[in-house]
Amino acid sequence: MSDSTPPVSFQTRPELYRHWRIELDGEVARLVMLVDEHGGMRPGYDLKLNSYDLGVDIELYDAVQRLRFEHPEVRAVVITSGSDRVFCAGANIRMLAASGHPWKVNFCKFTNETRCGIEDATENSGQTYLAAVNGTASGGGYEIALACDRILLIDDRSAAVSLPEVPLLGVLPGTGGLTRVTDKRRVRRDRADVFATKAEGLKGRTAVEWGLVDEAIPRSRFEETVRERAREAAARSSRSGEGGVALPPLEPEITADRIAYRHVTAELDGDVVTITVHGPDGEVPPGIDADFWPLAMTRELDDLILWLRVNEPERGTWVIRTVGDVDAVLAYEESMTGDKDWLAGEIRHYYKRTLKRLDVTSRSLVALIEPGSCFAGPLLELALACDRQYLLEPAEVVVTDANLGAFPMANGLSRLASRFHADEAALRRIRDLRGRRLEAGEAEDAGLVTLALDDIDWEDEIRIILEERASLSPDALTGLEANLRFAGPETLETKIFGRLSAWQNWIFNRPGASGPDGALNRYGTGKRASFDRKRV
Amino acid sequence: MHADYQEKIPNNVGLADDRRLQRALESWQPRFRQWWAEMGPEMPTEDVYLRTAVNVGREGWAHFGHVPVGDYRWGIFLAEPRPDRRIAFGEHRGEPAWQKVPGEYRAELQRLVVIQGDTEPASVEQQRRLGFTAPSLYDLRNLFQVNVEEGRHLWAMVYLLHAHFGREGRAEAEELLRRNSGSEDSPRILGAFNEETPDWLSFFMFTYFTDRDGKYQLGTLKESGFDPLSRTCEFMLKEEAHHMFVGTTGIDRVVGRTARLMVEHDTDDAGPYGAIPFNVIQKYLNFHYSVSLDLFGGETSTNVANYFTAGIKGRWQEERRKDDHRLTDRGAHVDAVVDGEPTTVEVEALTALNTDLRNEYIADCESGVKRWNRILADSGLPHRLRLPHRGFNRFVGAFAKVNVAPDGEVLPDEEWEARKDAWLPTETDKAFVASLMRPVYEPGKIASWLEPPRNGINGKPFDYEYVHL
Repeated sequence: MSDSTPPVSFQTRPELYRHWRIELDGEVARLVMLVDEHGGMRPGYDLKLNSYDLGVDIELYDAVQRLRFEHPEVRAVVITSGSDRVFCAGANIRMLAASGHPWKVNFCKFTNETRCGIEDATENSGQTYLAAVNGTASGGGYEIALACDRILLIDDRSAAVSLPEVPLLGVLPGTGGLTRVTDKRRVRRDRADVFATKAEGLKGRTAVEWGLVDEAIPRSRFEETVRERAREAAARSSRSGEGGVALPPLEPEITADRIAYRHVTAELDGDVVTITVHGPDGEVPPGIDADFWPLAMTRELDDLILWLRVNEPERGTWVIRTVGDVDAVLAYEESMTGDKDWLAGEIRHYYKRTLKRLDVTSRSLVALIEPGSCFAGPLLELALACDRQYLLEPAEVVVTDANLGAFPMANGLSRLASRFHADEAALRRIRDLRGRRLEAGEAEDAGLVTLALDDIDWEDEIRIILEERASLSPDALTGLEANLRFAGPETLETKIFGRLSAWQNWIFNRPGASGPDGALNRYGTGKRASFDRKRV
Repeated sequence: MHADYQEKIPNNVGLADDRRLQRALESWQPRFRQWWAEMGPEMPTEDVYLRTAVNVGREGWAHFGHVPVGDYRWGIFLAEPRPDRRIAFGEHRGEPAWQKVPGEYRAELQRLVVIQGDTEPASVEQQRRLGFTAPSLYDLRNLFQVNVEEGRHLWAMVYLLHAHFGREGRAEAEELLRRNSGSEDSPRILGAFNEETPDWLSFFMFTYFTDRDGKYQLGTLKESGFDPLSRTCEFMLKEEAHHMFVGTTGIDRVVGRTARLMVEHDTDDAGPYGAIPFNVIQKYLNFHYSVSLDLFGGETSTNVANYFTAGIKGRWQEERRKDDHRLTDRGAHVDAVVDGEPTTVEVEALTALNTDLRNEYIADCESGVKRWNRILADSGLPHRLRLPHRGFNRFVGAFAKVNVAPDGEVLPDEEWEARKDAWLPTETDKAFVASLMRPVYEPGKIASWLEPPRNGINGKPFDYEYVHL
């Protein structure tokens, strides 16, 4: 698969779906997967047996987002298959085999983010996801189920759940499968080992006993039980509110060197992308609609990050700027604080997820804090997500509660707590500075910026920093950044994006997986993969 | 089951000295009997003149006598071993055949055995009510013979699971009895085995066309590098040949009767004279042939390619073929539908093995049609039966997306809907066939819609009392 043309857009809407269907029924929604075999995003493979590629997952992501924003009444979501034979066979193997390494990694990263987003909806939106596994779920198919709060498996003595990646493909169940089996579902490690090497997986009672699914339900009672469990989950939910916000298409202007949304723009120049986030104009409006700045800006930023990751892989450094009025940003933050409104909560969690996307983006991130910028509260998080922060006098920054826990990273800590990991004193000092405009010296003393510069040095310093960055090994930088960004404890999420993905990406690069005689390329040819038997 | 194993479970696998196998079968056998009582033939009989295999030799495999069906001695038999047998294909070609399951292919072999095993009891379940409408005692006896042998084939697969696949194998063996044909909660694995066999014409068609699929599947497993599977299937093929015989001669007799009445009454419609109309025979043939073609799966299969490379499932008559038996750099043509038109495309030969097997099967089916047409020709009738186009009425593979008429023409949906009743049995056809299905249990008598057989069983005459009711 060519990684260049045509560019991939992450925008869609239910009328355009080819693979998913949203069925709404009061407080329960059903997401029905029925993949169009011939609807692959690129030529060269058929999406058989409800297998997916990036295009299928983009629809899933869109559906999960819309359920959160457009449907305050939905309190439980059932993911199921529209095929009577199979729930989902996971990522399409021929697609993976035909893809270059960057495509595979981006694809896995995005699917992982979507799975984590499903868990986030269950945890924070009162939309509990249930997997109604009405046929065999293998590999990535079972991993979709694993992202749900509850897994209901049809017990027809044929349907199984499985993670056949190791025995069949010589790679890992890399969409969180291994991690969620042990850490989320607490399957004993020896059983997890058996399960993950057993191509045919486990069925019915055994799958329940081992903790791989929550219930195995006979076919005759399956639909009814699923409905009942969904109703129970909905009854437990505290989600309430009305007036969902329809998410209209974003319409960025895209040229060879510029991508411009309303509040977010990106200038493409050589190996650098300069992303500018514009702060809000004017007063905070009384109600929230799709134009509400925090929502519109977050959607644009989210879309831009996804676009750049996939379509601009050679631009290795992202410079992040803001332009706007600090007070206006703070006024918006103030308007959204507390639990006043379910929608404000959704926007906060969405911004949190978008920042997390930035955290796991394999680009060097550099914040330029210049006069006229508005790195305050929520927007300061953008700077703190960067690998380095440079401030040009007399620019100012403002720390607020937004920086002290409102937008936790994957490791469960705020970006400041990660930055000052185990340095309680430094963190306390910063807490005391909350709400104040911090000038260069103060910001530097507080450890909020890497370097504060005056206008005489600025231009040259920044140029040299960026040029030097561009000269380093991109792979080494990716590894360096991924290691330094997540100080502190491990969580399910950090293990998935760190440990599991790193091993997977190593395996993807080894000849046993992607060499000409490797398992991915040999898959489907009927020829056997050849492995280098040396353990490394 | 402590007494004499050889007497209770005839076998040539050393059961008397194999404690592991004894333990497994001791718990399995009562469950099997219970399954037979619940899901086996419903028609009560005192005893039936059955063939029991007591060993694999020429004398032993066909041991005849009246036995109560419930007491049938299901045995376990493997064809005689071939000294120094070698794997004939795939990347292990030339290596000694495996006597034990190789760890790396355990999952695949187990899956193959389970799927094969799942079809065997399924047909017993599908046919359980047919005894009530048997056209003669001879046919009733044949039905029971087919049923007990399908039961024995289940035993054969269970033996493999018990003897070679450890604890999991035993669990799978139990599952084989828990899945039931047509059950809502735990259906049989393959869809075609969840359809009831409603009448005797369907039964003959099923044994001709669908059991013939079984023959070809067994044929590929007979080539397996896993020797116990190969030898088991080789012996099963012998019995399967008898089922084919029931189907072939059954249809012979139906066609013969219809032809006779058409000539006698100088009519195209033998229905009013108590036979099955010629066009209904053709429709049943169309139906059973097309659903059986689906059983071979899609045109290409990577699983089957893997099985071949691994040496666990070969091609039909693998050892007689003249090629490299590895197929790593060959092409083959498979059916495809391009721009809505049937055509073929070339793919790697390894992935085209389903098509290879289906082609063998189709050629074999042709011979049946020739045979029945000879009966028609001998009667002086111009009518001929035909196999429909291979794309007709298909739900699996390339043709699933298009409507293909029996002559191969691709039809738009509306036209297919309008014309399909001319090609597939309608409710009226089925009701008419059902109306002919009145039981005849008097020795020497036979129903109106088929001819008596040319020969009886084991040299016995047609009016022999094959079944004591």
